[in-house]
Formats: sequence, C-alpha cells, structure tokens
Amino acid sequence: MSDNVLKVENVTMQFGGVVAVDNVNLEVNAGEIVSLIGPNGAGKTTAFNVITGVYPPTNGVVYFEGKKIVENYPRGKMKKLYKSENSGAYTHAIEPTPDKITRMGVARTFQNIRLWSSQTVFENILIAKHCRVTAGLLSATFRMNKLEERRQREECDELLGILELDGVRNELATSLPYGQQRRVEIARALATQPKLLLLDEPAAGMNPQETQELTAFISRIRTDFRLTVFIIEHHMALVMDISDRIYVLDFGKLIASDTPAKVQNDQRVVDAYLGVSEDA
Amino acid sequence: MKRNRIPQFFIIVGAFLLLLAVVLMLDNVPGVPVMLLIVLRKGAIYALVAVSMNILNGFTGLFSLGQAGFMLLGAYTYAILTVPVENQALVYQRYPNGGIGFSVTESLGRVLGQPGLLLGVIICLILAGIVAGVFAYLIGLPVLRLKSDYLAIATLGFAEIIRAVVQYEKLGPITNGSNLLSNFTNFSNFHLGSLKLDTVMPFVFAGVCIWVITLIINSTYGRAFKAIRDDEVAAEAMGINLANHKRMSFIISSFFAGISGAMLAMYQASVQATIFKAAMTYEILLIVVLGGIGSISGSIIAAFLFVGSSEWWLRFLDNTTVLPNFNAKLLFAIIFAAIVVGIVFLVVYRQNKAQKSRPEAVGRGRKILSLKLSGVITLVVGTLLLLGDLRFLISPDLQVPLLRSGFRMVVFSIIVMIVVLFFSRGLMGDRELPDLFRTGHKRL
Repeated sequence: MSDNVLKVENVTMQFGGVVAVDNVNLEVNAGEIVSLIGPNGAGKTTAFNVITGVYPPTNGVVYFEGKKIVENYPRGKMKKLYKSENSGAYTHAIEPTPDKITRMGVARTFQNIRLWSSQTVFENILIAKHCRVTAGLLSATFRMNKLEERRQREECDELLGILELDGVRNELATSLPYGQQRRVEIARALATQPKLLLLDEPAAGMNPQETQELTAFISRIRTDFRLTVFIIEHHMALVMDISDRIYVLDFGKLIASDTPAKVQNDQRVVDAYLGVSEDA
Repeated sequence: MKRNRIPQFFIIVGAFLLLLAVVLMLDNVPGVPVMLLIVLRKGAIYALVAVSMNILNGFTGLFSLGQAGFMLLGAYTYAILTVPVENQALVYQRYPNGGIGFSVTESLGRVLGQPGLLLGVIICLILAGIVAGVFAYLIGLPVLRLKSDYLAIATLGFAEIIRAVVQYEKLGPITNGSNLLSNFTNFSNFHLGSLKLDTVMPFVFAGVCIWVITLIINSTYGRAFKAIRDDEVAAEAMGINLANHKRMSFIISSFFAGISGAMLAMYQASVQATIFKAAMTYEILLIVVLGGIGSISGSIIAAFLFVGSSEWWLRFLDNTTVLPNFNAKLLFAIIFAAIVVGIVFLVVYRQNKAQKSRPEAVGRGRKILSLKLSGVITLVVGTLLLLGDLRFLISPDLQVPLLRSGFRMVVFSIIVMIVVLFFSRGLMGDRELPDLFRTGHKRL
C-alpha cells in the first residue's frame, strides 16, 4: 500500500448517459514509468483529468501516497442515471481543485501544449514555482521575500541547465519549435516539484527523431528527479521502450495490464487496436 | 543583471521627482494656462484609475466594467469622512442631523496643523480604497465565477446598482441622497509656505499608487495573474488557485479605483453620484485600450492624451470660427492641404507595404491593378480636396467649415478609430516605457 504513489480505485466517470471511464482500477508504484494506452476515445485523458481534479469522478477514489485525494459517489440526478458498478461503495465527496492536487505533488502536461504565450521560457518556469511561494501578497509586493525569490530564480536556472534549455531562456515560449515547447512544458511541470508526473501524449506530433530524444529525456528525468511517471501515449515505440508496465483502456474499461512484452501479444489489446469482425 | 537594476530604480525616482518639481513650478508660476493645470490634475487621477482597470483587464484577463461603481464608493467614503463639522449642517441641509458628526481631516488638522490634515487625507484615501475593496470582495463571491462578457455585464450592473443605492432617500443623512456633497477637504487646502500644491498632490498620490501597482504586477502574484490571463487551465494545473487569485486581483483593482474616486472628489471639490455613470467606465476602458492592454506606462500616457484632447486641445473644434484676414486663411489652407497629403501618402504607403509583405498571396496582375486602383482613388479625392482648398483663399469672409458645437466629439471619435485601426494593440501594446529603449528580450 505504501509503495503506491498513485492508486485509482473503482473510478467511474459518467457524462450524462455516457460512461467515459468505467470502474477503472490502477496502481503506479514509486519510481515506475507506467503507460496508459488505448484507441481514440477510450477515456485516457478523462482518467487523467479525474486524477488531476479537473473533473470530480462520478464514483470512486484516488489515493496519492496512500492518502485519499479524490472521492465521490453518485449523487443527485446521477443516482438514477448511474450505469457502472460499486455504486454503494463510497459515501464521501472530496473534490479538490486541480491547483490543490498540484501542490500535493502531482504535475501534468497537456495533450495540446498549453504554455503561457506572452511569457518567456524562464518566466513560464518561474510562474510554475508560484504554487510553492510562502510569502503573502503584501510581503511579495514590498519585496520582503527577496531570499525566497532569489532561491526560486536560482532553482529555475538550475532546472533550465539540467534540461538543456538555458540557450532559449529568454525566448518567448511559444516561439520555440514544437519539440522544445514540449520540453519547456515538462520543465514547467517539474518546477512545481512533483513526485508524480503525468504526461498526456508527450510524443504527439513529433517525428521519429524527436520521439527518440523524448524517450531518452523522460528516462533521464525520472532518475534525475526521482520521479514516478504516468504517461498517456499513442506512440507504441515510445511506450514499449520506456514503460515498466502498461495499462490498456478500451471504451472506458481496463482490458489489460502487464509488462510491455506481454501486452504486445495480448489478443484483447490487438483486437481493441485493430478491430475485430463481428462474426469472428 | 543586479548591476543594471539599481541605477534604473534611481532613474525612475529621479525622473519622478523632476516631474514633481516641474509640476510644482507650473502650479505657482503666473501665466500658465489654467487648462494645462486642469489636464495635469485630471490626467493624473485618470492615469491611476486606468492603471487600476488594467490590473484586471490587462494583467488578469478579467473583463470588468465596474470601475465607476468602485470610484463612486471611494469618492463618497472620502467625502463623508472629511466634511468639516461646522459645514455639515449646510451640506446636509435637506436632512436635519445629517452627516456623521465628525471629520477625520478636521480633527487631525486641528491637533497637528497641515501635517495632520495630510495624515487625515491619507487615512481617508486608504479607507476609501478599503471600502471599495470590501465591496469588491462581496461582489466577487458570486460574480467572479463568470467569464468574459458575462462578467462585464454583471459588474456593470453592480456599478449601476451602487449609484442608485447611494441616491436612496433613506440613506440621505449619510450620503446626502441625490444632492451634492461638498465643502470637504480637497487639494486646495494644502500649501507649502506660499506655494500651491493643487497639482502636485494628485501627482504624488497617483505616483505612489501606480508604483505600488507596478510592484504587485512584477511580484510573484503579478506573474500568477499574467499566467491566468494567458491560459487559465494551465495556470490551475500548475497550482495557481484561480478563485483566490482572481478575487485578489479584483480587490486590488477596486482598492485603487476607490482611491482614484476619492481623488476625483478632491479634485472636483464636490461629489454627486450622477457623474459616476457607465460612460465614465467607458472612458477609462478607452484609455486602457488606447494605451495598450497590459501596459502600465501605456495607460498613463493615454490618460493624459485622453484628458488633454477631450478637455483642452480639441476645444476649438466646438467654436464656430471666422478667419479674419488673408494670412489666417493661408495658414488654414496649408494645414488642410498638409492633412490631405498626409492621408493620401499614408493610404498609398500602407497599401504598398501590405503588398510587399505577401508577394505571393495575390496574382501579379491583380497586385498591380489593386495598387493602381487605390492610388487612383486616393489621388483623385486628394486633388479634388486640394482644389477645394484653394477656394478658401479667394472667398471673402471664411467661416471654417464643420467647426460647430459637437464637432469635437466627432473628431475625437475619428482619432480613436484611427488609433485602434493603425495600432490595433494600443499605443504601447503590452510593452512598458523602458522596453522601448532596450534591444532584444528583457532579461529577468
């Protein structure tokens, strides 16, 4: 139990009558790189959004480092509409906003890059440090937090150095090439000092060369920052390369979870990806 | 970068002190046009309120139109607290026993003289800001859940409600109903020896407030505001609490709007709820847009330009004028011709530039045609206008065409349209004054 950094228990996310994530259970252990794969519309990003607090789930619990961070049960209108299992299992509602979950130590990137467009690379990373600021508005305004400010700036520069972004430190973040914007986004997530990093399709729109670099980059930051990484990805080369374990989602349901080698040969996974004829 | 910062700070402080000295001189040297002083005073106050609106609209990306409401709260708070006791019977003549029965500035002034009066004013200005801030907090609870246009409508509604509530008959003993509040401590109560401080004081107060706002914008909280403006979802995912920070920004903005409202009351030496209409908010919004959304120095520059042209430089457009002699006619003809030539040149030049910037976008044949067409049209119109211009010289007694009451606002609106068309991001964009003297990106 204590080994789990992230544990998702019976999580269902239902939008009206559509069950996007159906009673999913998964675990991510400390130091692992775990991937969540599945065809388009399988509910991968929805699962991420539940973990990071963007939506409260319809039912289920999310634990982070053994602590309940999100919990919900079918309430109100959803009581009648609820289609999934374990409807009576939970009785509390814990619905933190995404910023609270980030401050607990879960950081994420987005499928379509969301950098702050009018800010430089350095500012993007410095702003991400804001969630660790202890100074109040008044002391920050009248510069009584100089020590903290200087420390944060040094940390940001250090981070830029480690991630080899110091060459573009003062460029506008959105003026960079796509691959580097990804890196900046990951750097920004790292600046919040996470224990768990969630990457939503980090290789989307990248060429094979860039993907290879990204693969090496992710393995490197895992060791450098002692991270646990949870990835959504379509790109099989990347997933098979770096994942310790893989979860496969199809129509909101978990259909397989195993090591890359075994998942690759799992008939259900192949069917989900390639489709299976009705009369087979 | 450390080496660079300290001199810059001293340059700014030095420039500000120099500015104050110039303003102090203008105030006390005879022969300075009264209009200039009025523009300076009102400009300083409008600069502060425009900057305060920019905190919300420019730096946090919240489109709010409640500024006049918060100014009104500030103005009334200040006025109510500072009407001297012996004047209260006169001011509140329709409400027996009206007024609060004491005056902060008067009591402090009696004990400490001028410094006490100043202290009282500062306390009341801050209280004015606090009252506006408290209201902002309360209104923010429901309203800040809204986004963009909806937030604008809700805040606009609030401003109108506040204006109506203040004029409510039952509140008369405090707010004097829909009547004027006057006779309270204002800028003309202050003297340094025999020097008048009427214009310096608004500059000092506005300067200090804008300095504090700049500090906030450049602090970690200001950076968080900008992150919310650029991408709310990303900001929240990076640990910035949206509700808290939006509320904070709203309160800060309203706090300074309240102070500027109080300063406006001091400048006018009277307050009446009817002047804080939605039209006032639009004026401020206009300044913010003209100066550049997200630029503090832009707002300040635009505030003075706005007040200057609406109060002073364009006044002559409202007066029907007959040119007395040939020289005046010649001068008028030359100015007119220069404007026509300038516009023709601008149109052709821009057309040319636009064509050059996308050479492959249009076929070669069409490019020449469109350039010719636009050139021909502007040249023909220009020539006709210049021919008409010559007519002015020979006509016996020339009343300058178009100049009549109300024409000022037409010209003013045209100027605004031109600025918005040609500088679509305002005069300064989101840059600040020092950025103009720097090459490349700023280094933090």
